[in-house]
Amino acid sequence: MQVLYAFLVGPFVQMGQAPVFFAEVVINGLLTGVMYSLVALGFVLIYKASGTFNFAQGVMVLFAALTLVGLMEHGVPVWLALILTVAVMVVLAFAIERLMLRPLINQEQIILFMATIGLTFFLEGFGELLWGSNVKRLDIGVPDRSFEVGGMLLNQFDLFAAAIGAALVAGLAVFFQKTPIGRALRAVADDHQAALSVGIPLKTIWVVVWSVAGIVAMVAGIMWGAKSGVQFSLSLIALKALPVLILGGFTSVPGAIIGGLIIGVGEKVAEVYWGPLVGGAIENWFAYVLALVFLLFRPQGLFGERIIERV
Amino acid sequence: MLYREAGQFKTSYAADQALLPIVQDRWFLAVLLAIAYLVVPFVADEYWLQAVLIPFLVFSMAALGLNLLTGYAGQVSLGTGGFMAVGAYATYKMATTFPDLNILVIFLLAGLIAAAVGLIFGIPSLRIKGFYLAVATLAAQFFLGWMFNKIGWFYNDNPSGTITAPPRLVMDFMVTGPRATAEVRYIVALVLVTVFALAAKNLVRGRIGRAWMAVRDRDIAAEIIGIRPFQTKLLAFAISSFYCGLAGAMSLFLWLGSAETEAWDINVSFQVLFMVIIGGLGSILGSFLGAAFITLVPIFLTNAPQMFGVNMATDLQKHLEVMIFGGLIVYFLIVEPNGFARLWQITKEKLRRWPFPY
Repeated sequence: MQVLYAFLVGPFVQMGQAPVFFAEVVINGLLTGVMYSLVALGFVLIYKASGTFNFAQGVMVLFAALTLVGLMEHGVPVWLALILTVAVMVVLAFAIERLMLRPLINQEQIILFMATIGLTFFLEGFGELLWGSNVKRLDIGVPDRSFEVGGMLLNQFDLFAAAIGAALVAGLAVFFQKTPIGRALRAVADDHQAALSVGIPLKTIWVVVWSVAGIVAMVAGIMWGAKSGVQFSLSLIALKALPVLILGGFTSVPGAIIGGLIIGVGEKVAEVYWGPLVGGAIENWFAYVLALVFLLFRPQGLFGERIIERV
Repeated sequence: MLYREAGQFKTSYAADQALLPIVQDRWFLAVLLAIAYLVVPFVADEYWLQAVLIPFLVFSMAALGLNLLTGYAGQVSLGTGGFMAVGAYATYKMATTFPDLNILVIFLLAGLIAAAVGLIFGIPSLRIKGFYLAVATLAAQFFLGWMFNKIGWFYNDNPSGTITAPPRLVMDFMVTGPRATAEVRYIVALVLVTVFALAAKNLVRGRIGRAWMAVRDRDIAAEIIGIRPFQTKLLAFAISSFYCGLAGAMSLFLWLGSAETEAWDINVSFQVLFMVIIGGLGSILGSFLGAAFITLVPIFLTNAPQMFGVNMATDLQKHLEVMIFGGLIVYFLIVEPNGFARLWQITKEKLRRWPFPY
């Protein structure tokens, strides 16, 4: 009885007793969630356009951040380093399309998935080979200060990151809706063959999509890197983005964003209110279990395309 | 010339259904087993057994298990490491609680416990498919890892959090623990792998294996011809987890000696999946080839610079290793997406007519 009370009632009583603290936890969760969304977004873009479950997205985040920091350490000014990093990610997209995706056309999804894991190893080794494996600080000039709003502690940096994330999403939305390339991307995402038959070059689209995913990875890398230093563990946020993906659906951009927010909040709230009951550190798996429960009711994720099966 | 089945007639149903219908294959396997059992333990030194052969056997077992699930039943799983941890912790717990029970019996019981855990985590597979399922099985991986780390009961409240294989005898031979010789541990692992590989081979050609393959190829169609998808998938999860649990028990008791949960983390899951895919999905032989490849390549890469007399800084070498490993995986997937098992088939076709052009 006591155990049941501790798990089912206690945490809610705590929430009710300190609503300001609860709001703070939720807002911090939302801000972390934005960061998860950023990583998940890269996954969704590639999955939609090429049906590849790109496990390397996490390491692309690391690679982009490493490149940026490495360039800055060599005395390159920030704006130039940013442009160069974007260029590197575009070149990388070309190389991936030419050397990995094109020979693997028409293979099963799991083979492509494995290939991206191979790519993960490759990029990890390559990035650290070029720039070294020690932890690097990335200073983008936004102070990591906390301030109070109505009794809540908020972090200036997190707010800034959320703003950047929102701007990026808005930019992508405009890119997808208004530009010719964006329209072509959506066409490819809908149906490869139909897109091919109206004259959309698939190969170009893939390069574009991997480049865009690379740039999204760069933004995510800058945000995470500035917060916790650029180091190998940065690539592990891919594992954080996976539950976001299955929650939101592999094929849905809004799903990635809302999924990220749900996971961010759920994780923080669970860690703060339920974590102490079971010994803490539940952040690692809680997101997965949450996503799993969602999946049991909606197998295609919250916003994924409805799965229609035919024999 | 060497590999021609001309003149080998099958005159009975039993002969037609033999595991290895071709005489050369039987000889090949017999010689291979004879070498593995009779020659290797006397020839190989401690390093080879401990660093190469025993891990190879352990991972072969895990790859067999995952291949049953992913290759035959078509359910992608990234929870292999978690199920291996279940096997290891269950063996440890039982071995320390019941010191008089034969350790091999404990291995099998631990496999059964892992199977039960696999059954639970296999339940979502009825509704969730493909990559959604793969990510969902990661829940098993992370949850189990966390559980074994947090709850002291599993590691007997050992302050260091590690579990250590206690010394146990089987027929007067020290099988586990610090004083067990590498030769004995190798033989035990080899026996287990031989028995269960044979079991797997028989399993997949029987009713169960065919049901798995039907579900893999198209589960709705399988349902229509009268295969129960839920039971079939759950059975695949259970049997696969049994193999993985056994592999976990072997990795602790016959290979590592003592370990923490990190020994069965997500990287192990990926490694085993690599083995299955590089070796060949849906092939027992492929599991072994894949396990050999994935365990041997890193060892080779680590030792290669010394072999060729190249000196380089350790961290540089480490990065290069990771890079080459990743590159090799992509390369092999491009060259032969169906894995080494398919390459072996092609070689067999070639051998058949060699040295004639056709």
